[in-house]
Amino acid sequence: MTFTSHDQFIHGLAADLKPVKRLQRPLLRAVTWLGVVAAIAVALAAFADVNAMWQRITAAPDLWLAVIGSTGTAILAAIAAFELSLPDAPRTWALLPLPVAILWIAASGLGCLRTWIAPQTHVATLGEARDCLIFIVALSVPLSALLIVMLRRAFPLYLGLTAAVGGLAVAAAAATLLNFFHPYDAAATDLAVHVVAVAIVIAVNSALAARVFRTTSRPGDVTTGRIGTN
Amino acid sequence: MAEKKLMTPRVQSNVMALSRRGWLLPPQFPVMATGNGRVGKLRMVKAEPRNRSADDLRRSAQMAAAQAGDRAAYEALLQECVPLIKVIAGRQGVPSGHIDDVVQDVLLTIHRARQTYDPARSFGGWLRIITERRAIDLLRRVGRQSAREIHAPLAFESHADENADPARLGRDAAASNRMQTALAMLPERQREAVELLVLQEQSLADAAIVARRSKGALKVNLHRALKALRGMFAEKD
Repeated sequence: MTFTSHDQFIHGLAADLKPVKRLQRPLLRAVTWLGVVAAIAVALAAFADVNAMWQRITAAPDLWLAVIGSTGTAILAAIAAFELSLPDAPRTWALLPLPVAILWIAASGLGCLRTWIAPQTHVATLGEARDCLIFIVALSVPLSALLIVMLRRAFPLYLGLTAAVGGLAVAAAAATLLNFFHPYDAAATDLAVHVVAVAIVIAVNSALAARVFRTTSRPGDVTTGRIGTN
Repeated sequence: MAEKKLMTPRVQSNVMALSRRGWLLPPQFPVMATGNGRVGKLRMVKAEPRNRSADDLRRSAQMAAAQAGDRAAYEALLQECVPLIKVIAGRQGVPSGHIDDVVQDVLLTIHRARQTYDPARSFGGWLRIITERRAIDLLRRVGRQSAREIHAPLAFESHADENADPARLGRDAAASNRMQTALAMLPERQREAVELLVLQEQSLADAAIVARRSKGALKVNLHRALKALRGMFAEKD
C-alpha cells in the first residue's frame, strides 16, 4: 500500500498538476472533424466526375435519400461521439444519429429491389463491389485515427458506446464520400458489400478506440489495492 | 480562516469574473420583470448558471484555477470533494468498505478529465455524475469478483501446497535477503523507483505521481537501479 490517507493521494495529484488547455465545446470539435471530412470531399471531387454523380443521384429518390441519410448520420454521429466523450455526458446522446441512420438504411434497402424494378440498370459486379469495400475501409483509417485522437483528448466514461458511435460517424462519412467513385446504381450485392464495410469499420473502431480510451480513462484498479488507502 | 485558505488570488479573480457575468445572482423565478413594473411573458432562463450556489461558484473558480496550474486551489478543492464523494457513493449503494476506493477513482478521474470541465457549468453536477458512474463501475467490478470468487479463509489456509519444498523456502529466503541488502545499497531515488515500479507493480503514471517525479526521470532511475543491481549480483556470483 502506498498511500496512508486521501490527503497523501491528493497531495500527489496536486504535485502532478500541470496547466491544461480547456477543451472546446463538443459541437465545435465535431465541426472541426467534419471540416476535415469536407476537405477530403473537395479533394476527391477534383478527381471525380461530379456531373455524372449528380445526375445519377438525382435520378432516383432512393439514391438521394440514401446520400442525405449517410451525410446526416456522419454529422449527427460525430456530434454525438464528441458529446459522449465528456465524462458527464448522458448516454442518450447515442440516440441522436438513429433517425437519419434509419433513413439511410431504409433508402439503401430500396436499392435491393432495383434489379427487379429496373432490369436494364447497371449494377456493380462482385469485383466492382469489392472495390467499394476497399474504398470505405481504406478511407476510414485516417478518419478513424483523427477521430480517436480528438476523442481521446476528452475523457469518455462510456468507452464502448463512444467508440461505436464514433465508428458509425466514420463509416457514414466514408460511405458518403464513396458516391464520388460509384458509377453504379445500388443493388443487393453492392448493398451487402456496403453493409459489410460499414460493419467492419464500426467493429474495428469499437474494439480499437475502446482499447485506446481505456488506457486513459480507467483509473487504477483500486479493488486490487494498487492504489490503496490503508 | 478555512475560507481564506481556499481562496487563492487566482480563485478570487475567477469568482469575481463569474460574478460579473451574473452567475452569482440568487436563484430567480422564471417569470422575469420587464423593467417598468409589468410582468413580461414567460421566458426560460438558463437554469444552471443562475441557480448556482456561492459554494458551487467558488468550486468552479477553484477548478478553473486548477486548469491554469494553481496547485493550492486544486488541493483545497480535492480535499473538499472527498466528503461530497463519500455521500454520493453511499447514496448509490456502495458498501462502506469500498467507499474509499470510489473516492480515489473519482479523484483520479477529476485529475485526468480536468481539461473537460467548463466553469460555466455546475461543478457539483459534474462531480455528482462522475461519482455516480465511478460508483456503478466499482459495484460492477465487485459484483463480477464476488460471482467468481468465494470467501473461504479456512479452506485457503488448510489447502496443501503441492509444490511445497522446505529446501526451496530456505533458498528463497536467502535470495530475498540478498535482494534487500542490494536494494538498501542503492541511492534513495533509485530504490524508490524499484519499489514502486517493480515490487509494487505500479504503472509509470501512478508511480510518477507518488514519487513526485516525471515519468522520464523515474525511468532513468529504474534503468540505473537495475544496472547497479545486475552489477552487484554479478560480482557476488
